[in-house]
Amino acid sequence: MKLIIKGGLVADPVTGKTELLDVVVEDGRVVRLDKPPTGADQMAMVIDATGQVVLPGLIDAHTHLREPGQEHKEDIASGTAAAALGGFTTVAAMANTDPVIDSRTEVEFVLKRAAETGLVNVLPVGAVTKGQKGEELAELGDMAEAGAVAFSDDGQAIANAELMRCALEYAKMFGRPIIDHCQDESLTSEGVMHQGYWSTILGLRGIPAAAEEVQVARDIILVGRTGGRLHLTHLSSAGSLDLLRWAKERGLPVTADVTPHHLSLTDEVVRRLDYDTGTKVNPPFRSQRDLEALRQAVGEGLIDLIATDHAPHHFDDKDVEYNYASFGIVGLETAVGLVVTNLVEPGILDWAGVARLMSLGPARLFGLKAKGRLEAGGDADLTIIDPKAEWTVDPAGFASKGRNTPFGGMVLRGRVTATIVRGRPVVLDGKLVEQ
Amino acid sequence: MAFRRKDILTLEDMSVQEMQAILDNASSFKEILGRDIKKVPTLRGKSILTLFYEASTRTRTSFELAGKYLSADTVNIATTTSAIVKGETLKDTAWTVEAMGIDCIVMRHPIAGAPHFLARICQASIVNAGDGMHEHPTQGLLDMFSIAERKGRLKDLKVAIIGDIFHSRVARSNIWGLGKMGADVWLAGPSTLIPPEVERMGESFGSRGGRLRVTCRVEEAIEAADVVMVLRLQLERQKKGLFPSIREYARLFGVNRRRLALAKDDFILMHPGPMNRGVEIASDAADADYSAIIDQVTNGVAVRMAILYLLLGGGGGEEAVADKGGEVR
Repeated sequence: MKLIIKGGLVADPVTGKTELLDVVVEDGRVVRLDKPPTGADQMAMVIDATGQVVLPGLIDAHTHLREPGQEHKEDIASGTAAAALGGFTTVAAMANTDPVIDSRTEVEFVLKRAAETGLVNVLPVGAVTKGQKGEELAELGDMAEAGAVAFSDDGQAIANAELMRCALEYAKMFGRPIIDHCQDESLTSEGVMHQGYWSTILGLRGIPAAAEEVQVARDIILVGRTGGRLHLTHLSSAGSLDLLRWAKERGLPVTADVTPHHLSLTDEVVRRLDYDTGTKVNPPFRSQRDLEALRQAVGEGLIDLIATDHAPHHFDDKDVEYNYASFGIVGLETAVGLVVTNLVEPGILDWAGVARLMSLGPARLFGLKAKGRLEAGGDADLTIIDPKAEWTVDPAGFASKGRNTPFGGMVLRGRVTATIVRGRPVVLDGKLVEQ
Repeated sequence: MAFRRKDILTLEDMSVQEMQAILDNASSFKEILGRDIKKVPTLRGKSILTLFYEASTRTRTSFELAGKYLSADTVNIATTTSAIVKGETLKDTAWTVEAMGIDCIVMRHPIAGAPHFLARICQASIVNAGDGMHEHPTQGLLDMFSIAERKGRLKDLKVAIIGDIFHSRVARSNIWGLGKMGADVWLAGPSTLIPPEVERMGESFGSRGGRLRVTCRVEEAIEAADVVMVLRLQLERQKKGLFPSIREYARLFGVNRRRLALAKDDFILMHPGPMNRGVEIASDAADADYSAIIDQVTNGVAVRMAILYLLLGGGGGEEAVADKGGEVR
């Protein structure tokens, strides 16, 4: 199948340039990028991208697809449909399913289900420890061989420092990063939101920024000792950014992501939405100072990628008192809108920057050579965005089974119009293509 | 002024005018409590549920009596003897009682924001009778009423709130209420029991508001105070490392006659109850003449009558208060 995307503004994350180019795709690969006009081709399908931005397909390094075991919250079919609508051509599926993805069997299961029901590429992330219990290392080598692209106990913190040291040391042999959700449980103490002024006002238990920072510092020190590859996911505090900067200045193999939601809201939203459990997320929304530091770090290039931490939950898991509600926000279908509205429109990021943080950054994290940039010979994974389109977030219309979001009713700029996976359009005109 | 709100959830979101309306009405209702026949027909035909997910003596009883003195029908759900022990959710419990025609739900719940959740999903009026560490607005109002009754005003009084501020919903409601009414509020307690950035609450007291000061020295807070309000210390906090021992707490932060000697000559002593005698408050202080602790309980009934009246029967407006006067006869 041949496909030509005409007249779009193509953003290159490597050169940082944005130029009008036609993208010619054949048999799942990018054949060439032409200065328009490209000659007519009777055999090719044409997508008119005039006035739109064409990016190398977005990659989400942090997605909870919930299959196997929690299909009432999400499954690979619904989660990848949400991903496609959100412009993601590849998602990394986190390991905290039931059972946990902690051996070859589960890795192969996810790959098989993704091949059967997935609309976009799915990369399994294996657990670091057996059952994510934080006690013994899982079979990282075997999982890497089966296709695990990284290891993470996300959802749980790896409390034992020696075990974390071993994980970093051991995973090094397979060239795979450890993705850590940094949180010192002893400092979290049953917290449900950021510890600060608003937790005081609302009488909710706080999760101090220090809970994250203490573990970020520990992890960085362990990377210094082991040379293992560490990725810090969903950083939320200004203090963590200082530590990250320290590590990078010393050339340590440490990267980090932040989520679109942490780049959009502060802890004040819990008050504004009157304890709406859609605001309950871990790490929590932090202070205004943290939000500004995160945005600045994204603009400066300190942050390597943006990842959604898409965490779908069932309606019943959230329709309860605040403390009883599950942590998590669905992110796939709002990511582009939030990034455009809160980062591109205010001039913090240009489109090449978006491509760097949402395509190239995650591709590098997982060592994906043929993804993350648009060049001849690369995978034809593409995302087309109408940068000016305004739309209202309507959770009831999500393809995800999860509707847990604090962004419902919000007007956002920037809408995904087409998503192309290995040369095949899965979203056109902002809608899923009938398969 | 019109009193038009469906629910009473916090003093944070309540205006000075609304609080004043409740306090003014409470004075007339207190008069009824002094009578031989303590019943008026004001809320005849209205039904009130007390739904308590935590233990309570005075709050639950005073709401029930307030409702009964106003001729409302009151029913109680204690969580230990209801379908809640079978795992029924708050939503289902609320919808079940609402389907029976309840007009007002008075709820105490261990989780902050639970009454807000209830208010969103119910047509009935919701009164927050204490939600986690958040607020206890009717306690704040009865404390304000008790102070104003003794002192004739709230503005420019020095009120010291002593103890475990961090976990106290009583403290939060009093800080908002007293601060907005113009009192100078001092908070004192061990640094581990002072919530983060609490001093910033003072920035939201409004143009007529008082000041908010925070100290770890009880003496500083009590010095020249018009009111000393002692908070209950939950003894299990010690196990979490927030303070080393009950003994040290009592020595450093306990309110006793020696410390109270620093207050103004005509100061009053308050405690929301239940007290830990010999821990946060010394018995000889609690039982002294300057103690208003028993007044607080009586006033709690009057203030809750005013709240139920304004929510369920008032319909708003000063004329409504006059109407009630008519009904009393």
